[in-house]
Amino acid sequence: MADEGLKSELQKSGIFVTTIEELYNWGRKNSIWPMQFGLACCAIEMIATAASRFDLARFGAELFRASPRQADLMIVAGTVTKKMAPQVVRLYNQMPDPKYVIAMGACAISGGPFRDGYNVLKGIDRFIPVDVHIPGCPPRPEALLQGLIMLQEKITGDKLEDAEWYKDPEHGEFPVPQYGTNGLVPRYNAEIWKPWTPPKESESAS
Amino acid sequence: MDAAERVRERILAAVPGAEIEVVAGVQPSLRVDPAHLVAAVKFVKDDPDYRMDMCTCVSGVDYPDSGVIEIVYHFYSVEKRLGPMILRTCVPREEARCECPSLTPLYRGAEFQEREIFDLFGVRFTGHPDLRRILMWDGFVGHPMRKDYVPEDQDSLEDMEVAVRPEDTIN
Repeated sequence: MADEGLKSELQKSGIFVTTIEELYNWGRKNSIWPMQFGLACCAIEMIATAASRFDLARFGAELFRASPRQADLMIVAGTVTKKMAPQVVRLYNQMPDPKYVIAMGACAISGGPFRDGYNVLKGIDRFIPVDVHIPGCPPRPEALLQGLIMLQEKITGDKLEDAEWYKDPEHGEFPVPQYGTNGLVPRYNAEIWKPWTPPKESESAS
Repeated sequence: MDAAERVRERILAAVPGAEIEVVAGVQPSLRVDPAHLVAAVKFVKDDPDYRMDMCTCVSGVDYPDSGVIEIVYHFYSVEKRLGPMILRTCVPREEARCECPSLTPLYRGAEFQEREIFDLFGVRFTGHPDLRRILMWDGFVGHPMRKDYVPEDQDSLEDMEVAVRPEDTIN
């Protein structure tokens, strides 16, 4: 990484210095292509965000793609039912790397008001890795923009040499849950999510 | 439209032997026994004074204490601009006898709603042309809207009844 002071000195004299990594991440963060799909009422806020008043295009993410093959951001906008969860995981698997996930709204984060229901997944992070959680029911368009800016910051911080999709381009797909007799099998992907366990007595004391 | 009492008398005259009681309420309704339900509904559908030509709503209600599942029908007449006329019927809750005659032959609109009640309450509608689950998937076991249904994943903090330490409570 170039010395920041030297960079700004050179810039004053008309020389622009950057790294491949910075240039690459700058390009990626300003052309996020979200996938065009919504699951519930949060999708209406997502549409409002993309429309002229809030104008997602200001952040380069206005190009909603109807195919997962052309998208690199999945906005999980709404309640994920157990019946829908396998399809969401499958769509995520079909997206090319590098890919990101925003869990939009209380339902996508935790099941929200429906978490006690028999039919609602208690958070999409049980099956796919989530980069940004946006609370709200539904979140205001400003909140979605804030979430997108946070994702852009995360992309800016990506390191090419230890980026997951370069280190392990053959990495497997996330397992798609199956319909069981009273819910999904498995109930969660144990590699990325675990239920809360009470802390040991010694740890809680410290 | 006639008062519930009058409707009851007229149905009784047309369908002898039916057991019908008036359920008082903001919108009075009639509770019909399942055996005479189809005949009673056919009467209010065809009678020139009522002409209940639209079945807008079929609902299930679970009463575990009484051991019954009640099915509530809302009928309207588009032709006579009447309604709602509310009929109910009670069927036993236990799996073997949980059966109710289907109204789908009379009202096509009842088809999906009866499938939904079959899916979520486990009421088998006899005479239904295509009785299978509509909301849950085919391999699903149980009827989740019954009050004694226990959903699977009880792994959140609330479900685990994590003991709240006195210092964590907000007064």
